[in-house]
Amino acid sequence: MTEKLSAETSLRGYAGVLTTQKLPYGLVPAELCPVIHCVKSLNHLADRDVVALNPNGYVRTLFRVASEHNVLFATDRCNSFCLMCSQPPRDVDDSDRLSEHLRLIELIDPRTREMGITGGEPTLLKDGLIHIVRKCKEFLPQTAIHILSNGRLFYYGSYAHNLAEVGHTDLMVGIPLYADTDHEHDYIVQSRGAFDETMVGFQNLGRHGVAVEVRVVTHRLTVHRLENLAEFIYRNLPFAAHVAFMGLETVGFAVPNIETLWVDPWDYRHELEQATRYLADRGMHVSIYNHQLCTLPVSIWTYSRMSISDWKNEYLPICSACTARERCGGFFSSSIRARHSEHIGPFEVLPA
Amino acid sequence: MPADLGFHPKEHYGLVSAHPYRLLPFRFMRWQTGEVLVVNDVGEHLFLDASSFDAFVRHRLDSGSDTYLDCKAKHLLADSDSTVPIDLLATKYRTKKSFLEGFTKLHLFVVTLRCDHSCHYCQVSRVTEDRERFDMSRETAERAVNLMFRSPARDLKVEFQGGEPLLNFQLIRYLVNYANECNTQEGRRLEFVIATNLSPLTDEMLVFMREHSIFISTSLDGPEAVHNANRPRRGNDSYEITLRNIGRAREALGHDRVSAIMTTTERSLLHPREIIDEYVRQDFDSIFLRPISPYGFAIRTRKAWEYGAQEFIEFYKAALDHVINLNRNGVAFMEVYAQILLRRMLTPFPTGYMDLQSPAGAGVGVVAYNYDGDVYASDEARMLAEMGDFSFRLGNVHEQTYEEIFGGSVLQALQEASCVEALPGCSECAFVPYCGADPIFHWATQGDPVGNRPTSAFCTKNMALLKHLFGLLHSGDAFIEKLFLQWATSQDLPHRLAS
Ligand code: SF4
Ligand code: SF4
Repeated sequence: MTEKLSAETSLRGYAGVLTTQKLPYGLVPAELCPVIHCVKSLNHLADRDVVALNPNGYVRTLFRVASEHNVLFATDRCNSFCLMCSQPPRDVDDSDRLSEHLRLIELIDPRTREMGITGGEPTLLKDGLIHIVRKCKEFLPQTAIHILSNGRLFYYGSYAHNLAEVGHTDLMVGIPLYADTDHEHDYIVQSRGAFDETMVGFQNLGRHGVAVEVRVVTHRLTVHRLENLAEFIYRNLPFAAHVAFMGLETVGFAVPNIETLWVDPWDYRHELEQATRYLADRGMHVSIYNHQLCTLPVSIWTYSRMSISDWKNEYLPICSACTARERCGGFFSSSIRARHSEHIGPFEVLPA
Repeated sequence: MPADLGFHPKEHYGLVSAHPYRLLPFRFMRWQTGEVLVVNDVGEHLFLDASSFDAFVRHRLDSGSDTYLDCKAKHLLADSDSTVPIDLLATKYRTKKSFLEGFTKLHLFVVTLRCDHSCHYCQVSRVTEDRERFDMSRETAERAVNLMFRSPARDLKVEFQGGEPLLNFQLIRYLVNYANECNTQEGRRLEFVIATNLSPLTDEMLVFMREHSIFISTSLDGPEAVHNANRPRRGNDSYEITLRNIGRAREALGHDRVSAIMTTTERSLLHPREIIDEYVRQDFDSIFLRPISPYGFAIRTRKAWEYGAQEFIEFYKAALDHVINLNRNGVAFMEVYAQILLRRMLTPFPTGYMDLQSPAGAGVGVVAYNYDGDVYASDEARMLAEMGDFSFRLGNVHEQTYEEIFGGSVLQALQEASCVEALPGCSECAFVPYCGADPIFHWATQGDPVGNRPTSAFCTKNMALLKHLFGLLHSGDAFIEKLFLQWATSQDLPHRLAS
């Protein structure tokens, strides 16, 4: 990675070259290492970041040292088709990406605190996912691994068992659950039988001692039975290490489905308060993500986390006058443009 | 929702309304208000108004209604061929019954029958100087400890009983050392409790107890007049001695190492509030309101207690009411029997409590080794034996093997007679998931380990208390709801509760 490259620069030992310069053809012999020139900007990259260079000149940043939110995109495929999917799946054969993932893990800074594995649906890599976790255990023993999965393939007890067998000591599988009954959940994830598979998946992971997190996206189809869902979670998944209520992100499929999904967070603040309290009062570990403090009852502020990935986080102009801004989760940059609560208003004084 | 992207409307995933639903196992009870309490096999419950209940059982609930979804989410009905609702129920059931895992956890050692008190509710102590006759010997103790370690339980609790166990402290000392020695090989989690009136307590004993992290469970029946009348002793100073020694023990061992239990006598019935206040005054944070132990009395009269079940219930309600009011006024204080029941009502977790579980704790949760080496299915079983009824004697540590004692016909018969799910009168009761069986109580009071529910003081009491707690929870009093939830989810259960 360089701003200035000349014929004298020694490139021995480099895996590739990225430069903003326009280079004369042949300056670097192609057999020495791949070179991509005329890159618009390299400001977002730092030492020890990992990038992938494509022969067509496409540069993908796979890992940023400066970020707390590094994610390995295991696959673009998915076996669900959620109405609000933020990363709409593509039906492509990307099974050859496994070797890239395994190579990436070797290159990641071992001091990394946390890394996500997401997709698409990572479990579609089948044993590949188990390889990835095993490799993480080997190369990144100090890095917490969070897999975001719909949990459906853990319906197969042997698969849950295989994941547990890796013996990763800081592994959590986050699995979305949208309803306390099957048809409602199946509708939201647009897949018949998904609820059953996910619920059995939860149980199998729990039985094998893999930590699980329950993720609930709050939108018009989930909020009216939110407390019932909390009760269902407490009764059926009391072993869950964490329950997260997540605000809707207006990207991906949420854009075309916005009329079906949108509800002003202000309008479900009581439901969210009830559900949060229900779980917290019973000793479960609860968080609220992607919500603005001015839409939340003060009694549940303590569960609200600053969670939005660093590169997606923004505030409205009126937020600059807000005394709660330091503690406020703010907005997704996508959502701030699309639609946000009509009840955003700064706190002149911080509520007690 | 654009169909061209491949999305399907809700109906695509929902049921066709012609599709009838099935009822999953449930129990119910009609409430005075006209509502119906509906309970599933793992204790999840809801109140339905009479017409909703009617629609529910006639398969006529509207599949779009919240009542329908409530019933479905609580696994009271199923509308597909999926086996998953049953699997989830099974998992929850396993969790609820997991107090059975590990087999016998609580081991009572009656180290002597001698006692310096002559409480009228106690049938088993002897006021005597005859050491030889009523003390447990070292050999008996060793054999009993060896049997205890045959139990597969990872957590083992040794409780010293009497008589007054401190009168044979030498043996306690010997047994604790012996058990700890065995445990260097065994690696169990071993805990010791001494159930004592504390009167023979010496500083030397306290040093030993501190060294071995031993818990003390003493008796405090209420304010001075009640306590001394219940627990007569030469000099009539039991109350004074007990309090002084509770203080010494707390100082030496730590405040939370000393707990107290109370027994409700006829006299206690008049003083529910004073008894609670005494516990608060003595800085306890909970009380366990227990009816009197019926055994000696029952054998003679076939009645459970010296008072009627109804009188105990009234006493209990008044006391609980007082406890709730204390909490309203900022005094954190808990009633433990309510806690046990509430935990079963409000949480998915197991609550092993020897005197109220299904199957009964006798033998599979608790066992008592008498001073003479006889092994009994519970403390109550050995009290019966002191009255001449040896029905629940499992064997003797000098004569039988572990297999003979714990695999014998007495224990099997006890288990068979104590699954409330299958007992006549219980099997249909809405309270099965919260209740339990006590075959020894029913044997003593009704001459039959199964017993007859309508005339059972045990059933009358539990039925009334469960109804009372449900009533309070359902009364719309937010304070009570919150308080009860705190009790139900609180981690510290008293020492007689396994898991
Ligand atoms: S005004 Fe802005 S910063 Fe303040 S709470 Fe609302 S969204 Fe957050
Ligand atoms: S003992 Fe009485 S209250 Fe308990 S389950 Fe049996 S019938 Fe119901």
